[in-house]
Amino acid sequence: MILYMFCFLLFSIGLYGVMRKRNVIKIITGIIICEYAANLFFILIGYRMGGRAPILSHETVMENMVDPLPQAVVLTTIVIGLATTIVLVALAVRLYEKYGTFDITKIEELKG
Amino acid sequence: MTEKLFPLFVAIPLAGAFLIALLGWKKKGLPEIVGALIPCGLFAYSIKALLFTFKNGIAVHHLGGWLPPVGILIGADGLTTFMLVIVHGVAACVALYATDYIKKYTSPWIFYVLFLVILAGMNGVLTTCDFFNLFVFMEIASLAACTLVAFGTERHELEAGFKYGVMNTIGALFILLGIALLYGYTSELNMADISNILASKGPSRLVTLATIFFLVGFGLKAALVPFHAWLPDAHPSAPAPISALLSGLIIKSLGIYSLFRILVCVIGMTPLLTNILLFMGALSMGTGAVLAMGQKDFKRLLAYSSLSQVGYIVFGLALGTPLGILGGLFHMFNHSVGKSLLFLTAGSVEYTTGTRNLDEMGGLSRRLPVTGSASLAGAMSISGIPPFGGFFSKLIIIFAAVQAGHVGYAIWAVAAGILTLFYLMKAMRQAFQGPLLEKWKMVQEVPWRMRVSMITLAFICLTGGLLLLPQLKGLFLNQASKVLLNGAMYSSTWGGFKP
Repeated sequence: MILYMFCFLLFSIGLYGVMRKRNVIKIITGIIICEYAANLFFILIGYRMGGRAPILSHETVMENMVDPLPQAVVLTTIVIGLATTIVLVALAVRLYEKYGTFDITKIEELKG
Repeated sequence: MTEKLFPLFVAIPLAGAFLIALLGWKKKGLPEIVGALIPCGLFAYSIKALLFTFKNGIAVHHLGGWLPPVGILIGADGLTTFMLVIVHGVAACVALYATDYIKKYTSPWIFYVLFLVILAGMNGVLTTCDFFNLFVFMEIASLAACTLVAFGTERHELEAGFKYGVMNTIGALFILLGIALLYGYTSELNMADISNILASKGPSRLVTLATIFFLVGFGLKAALVPFHAWLPDAHPSAPAPISALLSGLIIKSLGIYSLFRILVCVIGMTPLLTNILLFMGALSMGTGAVLAMGQKDFKRLLAYSSLSQVGYIVFGLALGTPLGILGGLFHMFNHSVGKSLLFLTAGSVEYTTGTRNLDEMGGLSRRLPVTGSASLAGAMSISGIPPFGGFFSKLIIIFAAVQAGHVGYAIWAVAAGILTLFYLMKAMRQAFQGPLLEKWKMVQEVPWRMRVSMITLAFICLTGGLLLLPQLKGLFLNQASKVLLNGAMYSSTWGGFKP
């Protein structure tokens, strides 16, 4: 239980970074932390105490294996997270070219 | 037409996107042809799908022949095909419009690649029966949309694109956490199976937490009011066809459709949840309408108006009565068509005059007669003037609110409707009526493909009310509202395996 709570704590730390930080790069870092927390939570759900890798061959008996589905799922979310990060970092680079700063308070022109 | 063909709704746009990505940069004309033909073809195909689900109820396809619980399901019921028809109808008009509009940008082939990827993502969200695929397709559509918001790569576009990207990623992560919690509770990802297991296991705090996460995540995607901050930046900054797509389709299929599919069909509505959604809907209505009043930027005004109309849709659907759901779905249709049309006309004005500022316009309907009248049709439909479709849907929602005993909310909805009428008509007058300014004397009407797509959408706006005729209502609206009404029946009709 305490491990799951730590996942949510990590998620909150990432969320804090997104909400409160002014630097574009730090906001992206916050999103990455959130992603790690969500992935970690998902993988922990599939874990069995003392379980072993879910690899099926002719000799193995199917007992005490960890759940393989979250592992497959988390692999996909990691790839999605990579794509998200690439898009956001590319936008940050272009933002820097236009504004000459990473400070979000100086970039903020759309209002009202 | 068998259910085997439903995966093609995802596969065809993706294949088109890859084709354009491979060949589009050197073959001139190919991106336009492929990008416009695919949505048109899929529109005809989605009508067939609509007739199919009307006859057979649901269509389920087991991907790769694997049966559940191992296999992944792709399927459609009345609600899905209802959304598919709207998505492809609007997307076809938008694609036709884009063939001329997008010429002013460099490398238009990238636009078509991302456009088709968005289409594939939305179709995936609509046809999937599996939580994780829902997440994946949603991210595909959101990322492509985020890139397209920043397509112009000017200061404002980049800023809006970054905001949109950040907010949508946070929303998606909340949804992922919700999915993880539900998976931890039920050990399933298939929606029908989760619904079965939740029904047999009874309520739990974990499910409540997951519901809150879904509410926040899909609220961010649908821009319901406490989570709306990104919408008024992102929708105006995108190129006009993408604004139309974002406001008309993406917030509906990724946000509202998914939210109600999960809350009604899988988790099950509770009175508390209904009240929260009613409140959020009413809050969105009022906030959007009030904020739209003082806007000078034409597209920004339309974006705030979207916020308000989304409030109507969520309000109608959350009422949960037959009339309310009918009104919500019908308003979804009318708003998709009307708001896409308005964004396209705003794009036409920007295309010809180069400005979005309402103060600088005036008398433009003399030089742009088609744009002016199409814009008026859209505005009248959204603000609810009698012969247009939007009038009937708003009327149904207000009647449903009175019928369900929410008289206060009904009065609130009427007030927001009056505000809508006020700000849209003010914008129309500023842009298209009055004396023609000297600098717009030489303005030319837009090319014919843009005109055709605007006229088509305006015609649908005008005749939208005909969908309430008994013959058409059974086919189109009732089919979809039945799914949401019998939400608890979802698992049994989909034949999920018994735990």
